[in-house]
Amino acid sequence: MIRRNRLNATRRTVQQATRLAAGLALVGILGGCHWDMWDDARLKPYEKSDFFADGLSSRMVVPGTVPYLESRVDDHYYAGKIDGEFAKILPAQIELNGGLLKRGQDRFMVFCSPCHDAQGTGNGMVVQRGFPAPPSYHIDRLREVPIGYFYDVMTNGFGRMYSYATRIDPQDRWAIASYLRVLQLSQNATPDVLPADQLEAIKEHAHNPQEPAEDEGQTTNEH
Amino acid sequence: MIPLGLLLVAGVSSGIYLSPEGSQVDIARQQPVPFSHQRHVQGNGIDCRYCHSTVETSSFAGIPATETCMTCHSQVLTDQPMFDPVHESWRTGEPIAWTRVHDLPDFVYFNHSVHVAQGVGCSTCHGRVDEMKLTHKEHTLRMGWCLKCHTNPEKFIRPRDQVFNMEYEAPGRKEQHALGSRLIEEYNIKVGQLQNCSICHR
Ligand code: HEC
Ligand code: HEC
Ligand code: HEC
Ligand code: HEC
Ligand code: HEC
Ligand code: HEC
Repeated sequence: MIRRNRLNATRRTVQQATRLAAGLALVGILGGCHWDMWDDARLKPYEKSDFFADGLSSRMVVPGTVPYLESRVDDHYYAGKIDGEFAKILPAQIELNGGLLKRGQDRFMVFCSPCHDAQGTGNGMVVQRGFPAPPSYHIDRLREVPIGYFYDVMTNGFGRMYSYATRIDPQDRWAIASYLRVLQLSQNATPDVLPADQLEAIKEHAHNPQEPAEDEGQTTNEH
Repeated sequence: MIPLGLLLVAGVSSGIYLSPEGSQVDIARQQPVPFSHQRHVQGNGIDCRYCHSTVETSSFAGIPATETCMTCHSQVLTDQPMFDPVHESWRTGEPIAWTRVHDLPDFVYFNHSVHVAQGVGCSTCHGRVDEMKLTHKEHTLRMGWCLKCHTNPEKFIRPRDQVFNMEYEAPGRKEQHALGSRLIEEYNIKVGQLQNCSICHR
């Protein structure tokens, strides 16, 4: 009887150990693979989907679609034109101030400087690697075009330059166009367009060329 | 015997989950076109936002459309056979099927614009992308990794204008602590709530 009991006890221990091992195994296996909720029916942007024949989860816009709340009838703001002619002034939605120009500079450095370079002379890194050189912004023809023309080039592209409309929204396109004017001014400026204190700083710098001038005009995202 | 076998399988499968292979860290992904960040970012000085243009405004950083490649490759290296998928995609309108490098489970919410706006640099989470020939994952992106920063963001926050700078180096430990604490105040980061389950699992 005693022996029998001991045998039962041993068997029970073995059974318990077996169950524990099986349980541990289950936890381990479930922890190791994620067929459950790691990939559920919710689709993230650009995720592949079998629902549509083309395998895309997002749909293309149906031709002729008009954006909700943005019918884009304002030709000045959305096309850079007034009565079919390139606008010579900024649209009413755009306020010309330091913030606009700073934003314009920032976007210019990201999207335009690879080809047009930081000064706008048309010798950016990608041009040095084989892209046809764009004209300098400082030639007379481009100094005389209305500001709406710059907006149009970004919106519709020009010759071998593609459109940037999908990546730069109208607000930022106007900011860049305004900044192009600053660049043009900076390359062709006479001292009298500068405020007196900045003029002083430049004069001082001219006398002390070793000391770098305060270059707050420089962009923040250089690599 | 069967449970022991199962245990072995379990051990191996958990082992794989926890190993670099399981979290896919440091494994460079083969892509339909051998796109090199090193070539484009370091070699040509192109800013992240030229291609990942929604990273400041949306939860999703964005993968460049074929049109974005074509702004340059309509003229540069057009005759190389490795560009066939790009030209094919441009002709047919069918997107290039890039292999994902990072992929959080669907029950986790992540948002780029919030991090980028609050001084978390790309390189803090993605490493030196500008040095990668083929893109790989630098960190596990496991919950513990997210929480390391959500518990002590002052160890990682940098000035906003340095977010895209791949070469940014944090100052020494003490200085970073001071800088981080100052920026947390300045940017109004609410540290107390960053460990709530519901901000990532919503
Ligand atoms: C990939 C290189 C590239 C990039 C990036 C680029 N451009 Fe251009 N751009 C060109 C080239 C090339 C031309 C000349 C096109 C031609 O004549 O076929 C040009 C021409 C122009 C012109 C002059 C058009 C004329 O009448 O001669 C303007 C203005 C301009 N670009 C503005 C911009 C702005 C603003 C950006 C940034 C949003 C930009 N470009 C980005 C390559 C580029
Ligand atoms: C010329 C375009 C271009 C530029 C510039 C660029 N990228 Fe990319 N990036 C891509 C493409 C294409 C992919 C998809 C292929 C791949 O993973 O390599 C990608 C993928 C990535 C991924 C992995 C995405 C995934 O699948 O999870 C990260 C992270 C990334 N880029 C970060 C950056 C950072 C940071 C910068 C700036 C330092 C940058 N990229 C600049 C084109 C670009
Ligand atoms: C802003 C311009 C620009 C954009 C946008 C761009 N590239 Fe490039 N790419 C270049 C230049 C310039 C080179 C040549 C680099 C060199 O010679 O150093 C290059 C080289 C390459 C190479 C050859 C790399 C090698 O190792 O030889 C590949 C592949 C490539 N690009 C793919 C892409 C893809 C895919 C995209 C779109 C996601 C893209 N590029 C977008 C400018 C660009
Ligand atoms: C706080 C960490 C963090 C920072 C900072 C960060 N990323 Fe990411 N990134 C992630 C995570 C996590 C994913 C994976 C998202 C997913 O799978 O849903 C990701 C995915 C991506 C992707 C793939 C597309 C996508 O959105 O899923 C790209 C491209 C990318 N990041 C680029 C960048 C760039 C460029 C920057 C800097 C401006 C940046 N990331 C900053 C964590 C970060
Ligand atoms: C290096 C630091 C860092 C890392 C790593 C990091 N975060 Fe964050 N995260 C932050 C900071 C800082 C904020 C706070 C922003 C605020 O309070 O404005 C934040 C905020 C968030 C938010 C709130 C967004 C919103 O819309 O309110 C989510 C969600 C989030 N993080 C998810 C993640 C996930 C998921 C990961 C890991 C894949 C991660 N974070 C990794 C620093 C980080
Ligand atoms: C900062 C973002 C963040 C916060 C806060 C967060 N999680 Fe997570 N969680 C993640 C990420 C990312 C994953 C998926 C990756 C991983 O850890 O394997 C995850 C995975 C999980 C999983 C699945 C684990 C697995 O391996 O399958 C559980 C359960 C979980 N979280 C519970 C919680 C709970 C409970 C809390 C609150 C105490 C919490 N999480 C807070 C980011 C977060």
